[in-house]
Amino acid sequence: MAPDLSVSLGTLTLPNPLIAASGCFGYGLEYEQVVDLSMLGGVVSKGLFMKERQGHPPPRIVETPAGMINAIGLQGIGVHRFVNEKLPLLNKAGARTFVNVCGTTIDEYVEVCKVLSQADGVAAIELNISCPNIKEGGIQFGCSLTGTYDVVSAVKKATHLPVIPKLTPNVTDVASFARAAEDAGADAVSLVNTFLAMAIDVETRRPKISNVMGGLSGPAIRPIAVRMVWECYQLVKIPIIGMGGITDARDAIEFMLAGATAVQIGTQNFVDPFVWSKVLDGLKDYMTRHNVAKISDLIGTFDPTPPKAVHA
Amino acid sequence: MPPVDIDATVIENHRLSRDYSVLSLAAPEVGRRTQPGQFVMVKPAGVTDPLLRRPFSVFEVLRNGAGEVTGVSILNKRAGRSTKKLYELEPGDVVSCLGPLGVPFKPVAAPVEAWMVAGGVGLAPFATLAESLAGAKTPTTLFYGARTAEELFYLDFFEQLGIRLVLTTEDGGRGVKGRVTGPLEAALKNAGSSGAMVYACGPEPMLEAVAKLAARYNQPCQVSVERVMGCGLGGCYSCVVPVKHGDEHANLVRSCISGPVFDGAELVWD
Repeated sequence: MAPDLSVSLGTLTLPNPLIAASGCFGYGLEYEQVVDLSMLGGVVSKGLFMKERQGHPPPRIVETPAGMINAIGLQGIGVHRFVNEKLPLLNKAGARTFVNVCGTTIDEYVEVCKVLSQADGVAAIELNISCPNIKEGGIQFGCSLTGTYDVVSAVKKATHLPVIPKLTPNVTDVASFARAAEDAGADAVSLVNTFLAMAIDVETRRPKISNVMGGLSGPAIRPIAVRMVWECYQLVKIPIIGMGGITDARDAIEFMLAGATAVQIGTQNFVDPFVWSKVLDGLKDYMTRHNVAKISDLIGTFDPTPPKAVHA
Repeated sequence: MPPVDIDATVIENHRLSRDYSVLSLAAPEVGRRTQPGQFVMVKPAGVTDPLLRRPFSVFEVLRNGAGEVTGVSILNKRAGRSTKKLYELEPGDVVSCLGPLGVPFKPVAAPVEAWMVAGGVGLAPFATLAESLAGAKTPTTLFYGARTAEELFYLDFFEQLGIRLVLTTEDGGRGVKGRVTGPLEAALKNAGSSGAMVYACGPEPMLEAVAKLAARYNQPCQVSVERVMGCGLGGCYSCVVPVKHGDEHANLVRSCISGPVFDGAELVWD
C-alpha cells in the first residue's frame, strides 16, 4: 500500500507535511518553473501588510557558517495586490496557499485577515508576530505573552480561516508563547522564525548587512529549533508546524518526531530549488524502512530514553 | 526555457592568474539553454560551506569537436571564501550548477554597432555575446579595462571573432593608461549616425559612469549588474536594485529575475 503522507492541521488536511516557508519562496509563483506547486503540502506567501513595502536597502543577506542572516525588511506588494494578482494564479497552479500576515497594529492584522477571508482560495493565515527585522512588524506582539494572546484573539474573531501564529525563538521560553496562542484560540503554531543575529566585516569594522542585525536561518539553527518544537509539543495540544534548517527528509522527520505535524522548508529552497521531490521520496523511503503506514503516526514519537554510550 | 540544476563535473579549472580562473563544467543542458547575458548559480556540491550558491555570468558555452554543446564555463575571480573554493577546484570535482537564469542581453544588428564595455571580471558575459554578435555580423568593439596587462584575458578569443579591441590598464602596462571610460567617451563623442548599443559589465562605479556617458551622448545602454544573491529565482528578495519609477520614486526590483541585464537609463545610481 502506498504510504499515507497526509496530515491534518485542525480542519485543514494536507496531502503531505511539506510546506514552503514564508520569505523563502517569493509568492510561490517564482518557483512554478521548477516545482509543481500542487505537489507541496502548502505554500506560505511572503509577509503581507495592508500596503506595499519597499523593505531595507541592500545588502540584505550574508552567509554565515551553515546558515545565512537576512534583513529583507518585508518588501511586499500588500494584501490587495496579492489577492488580485497572485492568489488566482496560485489557485490555478493547485497550491494550498497559506498567507503570512503582518501588521503594525492589531487593527491592521485584523483588516488584512478580513481581506483574505473574503478572497477565494486561502487555506490558512500564518500570523507573523516574529519578524526580527523591522521594529513595527509584529515582534512587539510576539515577544509579549499578552500581546500574543491579544492579536491571536482579535484575528480569530475576524476570520473563519485557520489562524497559525508564527513564533519567534528570541524569547526565554517559546513554549509559554505557544500556550498563549493556544489559549487565544490559535488553530496551530509555526516555529521557529529566525534567530536575531549579526555579522561584522572585520576589515572595515562595519556590518555585513545594511540593517546591522538580521535573522539567522539554515542548518546552523536546526538543533535549537528541534529543541523548541519538542518543548512546545509537551505543553500544547494544537498542531505544531516545525521549521529551522531542514535540508532533507531526515531533518523533516526529526522535527516530526519532536512533535511537529507538518514542517516548513525555507533556506534550503535557495540552496536547492528542487529539494521538494527529494524530501518527499526520502519520507516515503523512511516510512517503508520503518514500516510506518501513516506519516502522522510519527508525530511526537521521539523517545527520550538516553542513547547507549558509544566508544570510538 | 526553465533552468535546470546539474551536478556538474569540473572538466578543467584553467588558472589565468593567481586570482582568476576559468572553471569549465560538464553541464550540456545548461549550455544548450543559455543566451548571452544569462547566469548560473554555482557552489561546490554537497557542502554547507559555502551554503549558498554564487551567481556567475555564463562565460563560454563549451562545444566538442563536432560542435555539440558539452557544458559552460564561468570566469571566477578569487575574492571571498566561496570564490576561493571555486578557484581551488580540480577536474573531477563536482559543482552544483543551476541555470540558465535571468534576462539576457538584447541583441543589436548593423548598421548599429555593438560596444561592449568590460571592467575586470566584468568580461564574463561578453564572450557569448561576442559570438552571437559576430554570428550576426554586427560591427563590434570590446572596450576592456583591467588593473594590469596580466589581467587582460582572452584577447585572442575576441580577435578571432573579428571584434575590435580597445584596451586600458590602470598602470599603463598595455593599451591606454587609465579607466576604460576614457576611450569609451572619446568613441561616444564620435559615434556615427547609426549609433551604437553600449553593453557594460564591471564594478558598480564603472557601470554608473558608462550608463551616464551613454545617456549624455544619447546612445542606448544595457548594463549587467552584480548583487549579493541568495537564490537566483526571485525567492529571497536579497538582490534588489533601485529602478526609476516616474522621476522621484525609487522602486526596488530583483536583479535575478528583472535582470541582471537592465536598461542603463532605468537604474537609479546613488
